[in-house]
Amino acid sequence: MKANNIKIALPKGRLLGETSTLLQRAGWGLDGYHEQTRLYHIESKTLPHLSGRVFHEKDIPIQVAIGNYDLGICGSDWIEELLAKYPSSDLMKVKNLKYGEGALYAASAAGKATVESLRASPGTIRIASEYPNLAESFAINMQLRHFSVFPLWGGAEVYPPESADLALVGGADDDFPFSLAPISRVLGVSAFLIANRRSWKAKGLDKMVAPIEKALIPEKAAPKAKAEKRQPTKAVQHPKVDKDVVRLALPDGHQQAHTRKLLDRAGIRLDDYPSEKDNRRPNIDREGVSVKVIRPQDMPLQVANDNFDLAITGRDWLTEHLCQFPSSPVKELANLKLGRVKVVAVVSQNMNIADIRDLSESERALPLRVASEYINIADRYARDNRLNRYRLIPTWGATEAFLPEDADLLIENTETGRTLAQHKLKIIDTLFESTACLIGSAKRVASPLKKERMESIIQTLRMAAEEI
Amino acid sequence: MKIQRSKGTRDLSPQDMVSFRLIESAFRQCCLKWGYQEVKTPTLEYLHLFTATGTLTPSMLSKVYSFLDWDGWSGERVVLRPDGTIPISRLYIDSMAKEKLAKLFYVANIFMFEATGKKSRERWQCGAELIGARPPLADIELVTLALEVLRELKIEGIELRVSHAGLIKALLARLGLSAEEQTRMFDQILDGDMKALDKLKLKRPELEKTLSSLLKMKGKPSGFSKELKELFTEELPECKPYIDNCAKIAESLEAMGCKYQIDIASGRGFEYYTGVIFQIFKGEEKIGGGGRYDALIPSMGGKDVPASGFALYLERLMALIKPKALAEPQPPRILVRADGGKIREGFDIANRLHKAGYRAECYLGAQKEADFDWTVDIKDKPKLTLTDRAKKQKVTAKTVDGLLALLKG
Repeated sequence: MKANNIKIALPKGRLLGETSTLLQRAGWGLDGYHEQTRLYHIESKTLPHLSGRVFHEKDIPIQVAIGNYDLGICGSDWIEELLAKYPSSDLMKVKNLKYGEGALYAASAAGKATVESLRASPGTIRIASEYPNLAESFAINMQLRHFSVFPLWGGAEVYPPESADLALVGGADDDFPFSLAPISRVLGVSAFLIANRRSWKAKGLDKMVAPIEKALIPEKAAPKAKAEKRQPTKAVQHPKVDKDVVRLALPDGHQQAHTRKLLDRAGIRLDDYPSEKDNRRPNIDREGVSVKVIRPQDMPLQVANDNFDLAITGRDWLTEHLCQFPSSPVKELANLKLGRVKVVAVVSQNMNIADIRDLSESERALPLRVASEYINIADRYARDNRLNRYRLIPTWGATEAFLPEDADLLIENTETGRTLAQHKLKIIDTLFESTACLIGSAKRVASPLKKERMESIIQTLRMAAEEI
Repeated sequence: MKIQRSKGTRDLSPQDMVSFRLIESAFRQCCLKWGYQEVKTPTLEYLHLFTATGTLTPSMLSKVYSFLDWDGWSGERVVLRPDGTIPISRLYIDSMAKEKLAKLFYVANIFMFEATGKKSRERWQCGAELIGARPPLADIELVTLALEVLRELKIEGIELRVSHAGLIKALLARLGLSAEEQTRMFDQILDGDMKALDKLKLKRPELEKTLSSLLKMKGKPSGFSKELKELFTEELPECKPYIDNCAKIAESLEAMGCKYQIDIASGRGFEYYTGVIFQIFKGEEKIGGGGRYDALIPSMGGKDVPASGFALYLERLMALIKPKALAEPQPPRILVRADGGKIREGFDIANRLHKAGYRAECYLGAQKEADFDWTVDIKDKPKLTLTDRAKKQKVTAKTVDGLLALLKG
């Protein structure tokens, strides 16, 4: 970071609109930052030393804490998630911007639990959340006796009651949208202006942010926190867990289209998948099979924990899981051949580097910054190639925009390499090739009927994949 | 590349280790004399051992080093041991539960995050645990043992601060708080947050003043047994056994000539205490502490067995001892210098000298003569020359036996 330049990390997604309006009112001249923007890097039209970069909200506290950015705007949920684990980081909260308001709740399936019943429970309390650090703090503060936190990429609301006892999920204060009952309000959430503590002192950022404080919309009366024990808005009949029923996980997001195609070819009919209403429990036309739609990233861990019997994910996410937990029972049962990508090591074209050996042998004053969605694959790759010293930067999408300013090396997937080339990046190594695959556990299945049903699905999908 | 020590850690230098071993050895000797047996528990334990109610307070838990092991896909976290007592209780339940009385001691490092990195995040403790014995006898034995160790280390001016977890809990129960509030308040008091009490809107305002002043009471000397006993017995009869228990300990401390004061709010992060809690101070520095934890082992799934223990903080003691005053006299130190062809002989002679009880080492080209009491030079003629550095005398011998005779003479 150059001494006089000031860089701000800006959110995409739910906070974009109001953040853009606020910055306009403050006269920061970041005109390229608006709802329709496809830009990642934005220069200020009015302040010559100011530039912005658009991130997934979750990336922003990390980017500011490690000092890649001086300022950032994001939801306080992601700030607290970082501070829960790293209380002495260089991240400082500057100002509550009072929009994007909501809350994080610990919620269970309707009528299933209270804080007291969980505390008294002799078994392990399973908590699923995109906020694993906050979930752990919550469990510790509630003095739960024995708990496990399942970190998730998304879709926490669909986990209770079968796959988790509690989910730590976001919701608006006056409308809890899921088929869950909140048992405790963990945290109030709103947009915050944050800063890197060192930059704040060194660059005199207090003067810089004064116009933002002025531009804030006059305070609304704070909405009153509603009573916590409300009835869920939608009552859902949870499928009963039966030892003979095969629990199948299907991917959400962009993998849905090709998964649907494969299922059609296999003659497996599903209602409402992909779902426009974000239905995560579609019906399937096979007896003894229940389906849930979750993030493909989360599937291997869920299969390892026996929350699902079969799941359609990518080999990249299976590999990521096995890098973290080498003795996990999860294995690939069938190559489904769709969604072919390569997982590659990528540097900026400006870097005078031909292959990974150049990187491991090069002298450097600062640790090499390795950014990836696949944090455990990246860690193993860096270890195996002796990239002494390196630092891992977890990312949540659009990793290609991190080079060259915010990282030195990426471990990233690519279909054609076109996006990478557009960002002036070059591939220096291919780690492996990934396609969609069917995964399951190596553990023995107790029920013969279930085993038979599983075999039938595996065979059907294998045959459908052969035709591709 | 510059290799840096990880923030919040320290190296123990050769000089540090001399102090470390002196303390460890004094502690071990005292424990062995009292019939305690040494154990070592693993550095890694499951986190859940420390998370249940009645173990560590949430504020302490927020500083533990926990992570997922390579096979931790179930979300079961492991932790770098943040405390010495809970692993010993686990060991007792795992493998010693049949024994009615277990007297155990350990020297172990514990790990706790400290934000500034200026204090050490890895600390060493000398701890003793007495499982299966009741108050006040067991507590008095532990205090006696701790004081004996400090006496052996010639650390003077020790003061004890005594409290009672049962007393704190009984007081809180009287404040009309819900069970959950009581637990939270107990934790906050143990974490040293006395202001928490002021913030409460109490349901029994008439009791508030007395109770909060009792909780904050500090520094009252030996008069405790009379004055307070009366006050407690009138207003809080349920506290009588605790007061009696404290009084017994106080009496023995007085008999031992140990200075002490009552400091009700002194648990510091250990929710597992149920009875008397004592902290050992030298000036304003806390150098150890312990107490009774009767509910811990049953709450961890063991049988209902009373227990108490204490730990001394090794690094704090290292700063207080004078190693020279404590060190045992060492045997003379001898440097063996061999000519080129006599290397094997040099090592043989060093071996013989070790067997005879001397410290001896071969010359490696860098040792200073000044650090040794004697030097032995091995040549062809005369074969062995012994030089006494202090007396500047040289004598010769033909055989190793001859050399040993010269050393004795």
